Amino acid sequence: MIEPSPARGRARRQPPYWLGLVPFGLFTLLFLILPTMKIVVGAFQTPGGGFTLDNLRGLNDPSILSSYWTSIKLSLVTAAIGCAVGFSVAAAVILGGLPRWIRGPLLTFSGVASNFAGVPLAFAFLATIGPVGLVTVLLRTELGIDLRAMGFNLLSFNGLVIVYLFFQIPLMILIIAPALDGLKREWREAASILGASGLQYWRMVALPILFPSLLGTFALLFANSFGAIATAFALTGPQLNIVPIKLFAQIRGDVLGNPNLGYALAFGMIVITGVANGLYIWLRVRSERWLK
Amino acid sequence: MKLLWAWAALFVGLLYFFLPLLGMTEFSLKMRRGEYSFDAYAKVLADPRFQETFSYSVVMALFTIVFGVLLVVPTAYWVRLKLPWARPYVEFITLLPLVIPAIVIVFGYIRLYNTSSWLPLTGTATGTNILLMFGYATLALPYMYRAVDTGLRTIDVATLTEAAQSLGAGWVTILARVILPNVLTAVLSGAFLTFAIVIGEFTLAALLDRPAFGPYMQILGANRAYEPAALAVIAFGITWACMGLIQLVNRFSKHSRAQR
Repeated sequence: MIEPSPARGRARRQPPYWLGLVPFGLFTLLFLILPTMKIVVGAFQTPGGGFTLDNLRGLNDPSILSSYWTSIKLSLVTAAIGCAVGFSVAAAVILGGLPRWIRGPLLTFSGVASNFAGVPLAFAFLATIGPVGLVTVLLRTELGIDLRAMGFNLLSFNGLVIVYLFFQIPLMILIIAPALDGLKREWREAASILGASGLQYWRMVALPILFPSLLGTFALLFANSFGAIATAFALTGPQLNIVPIKLFAQIRGDVLGNPNLGYALAFGMIVITGVANGLYIWLRVRSERWLK
Repeated sequence: MKLLWAWAALFVGLLYFFLPLLGMTEFSLKMRRGEYSFDAYAKVLADPRFQETFSYSVVMALFTIVFGVLLVVPTAYWVRLKLPWARPYVEFITLLPLVIPAIVIVFGYIRLYNTSSWLPLTGTATGTNILLMFGYATLALPYMYRAVDTGLRTIDVATLTEAAQSLGAGWVTILARVILPNVLTAVLSGAFLTFAIVIGEFTLAALLDRPAFGPYMQILGANRAYEPAALAVIAFGITWACMGLIQLVNRFSKHSRAQR
């Protein structure tokens, strides 16, 4: 990004403009790009520094593969449900004819909830549907429903899905609300003049226009939950088998017995979130064509 | 019929979001047997570890905000004024922390700046604190940059700069006394978001082994029953306050713009 000055003559009177980017460039180089490069390069290195593909092959280990698979499944499920529910809520508020004053508080709350991830979120759910949580106890004493006996466990995959949705749904609402706002009244009117039913309007006009936004947000939600660690860590401790927690344990104490395998593990995370975010950016550019 | 569905969707959504908040609040009040009390809060607030870690995180957040403002405002300003071609590149870089998981970034820090490296930041407590602050600034970069850049969009950067220059102002004066006050509301919303992020952050502080609020909450959660719920209520209150302040600041800025 930073290039040497093209014209030496101009530089004599005043320093070239790009010098203004040096602090920013230096900072991002040292604390964002180089650390990431270190991981990427390390994934292809032996402990001695030579080139190798053994680390990537090392990922082909049942416990590592299963942690990737659990992480991917968790991210796919929470992103899908988050998209569906978030879209419904946003559509209900923006297009469903609900009073307008609901919008402001809803968006503010979404901002809060999407930032309320991490350790406290885990506590909130433990206090609600944990073994002695509010809802668990109420269901047992008032209605005689024993969640535990029914096989529900907050510290399981399904439990994590419920907890993750608490920040996935609001994020969806925040991102999709402007897109829904961008649907022009005229399109709906034009559709109904041509005799389209509400369903047909959605299927043939609104959804195709929203599709890039929806898919892009899905990718973003996927990446969001794939990289999340604090909530799951506070909920289940270090034993849960998802990639970020495995990497956390590896950094803390080299549980894989091979420091460079840790690089490969992290490299895999970058590749997956990188692809998801790349998809998001690409689709976002496409959707802005319609929704501006 | 449609309206009914809309209300139903909203109601179910609200139920899902308010039950955990209700649950944690109720639980946090249950420490004394048989009656509601603020015992858990009293216990938490009196815990010296809470005071230490919380003030540590607040100080870190303030340093991060100051550093972030000093880094982002001049950069965003300069890009708008002189280097429009660099905009997409700078924007892309500021979005990278959303792409690369925090745990990967901190893994890189640990390997790059350990005691046997060319810049042994993790060798001393101060060095690690500085590294942690840079890490926080990196995590907040996407939000900070977008907030400031949006703020700059609403003012005429070139005209303001020329006017200031013809009155004899240097770059520092222009930035501090002309540009910054004009984008103050944007900077503030970036600052509050940064604050919320830093206070609750867990991964970086835990892996760099610093006594911050996030790791403290996790440790307490693993060992106690009622105090964690009280902590969650406090953390939620802080997040809520930060978002409320952002809203307030934005409303304030809209007001002043309409009057002009």
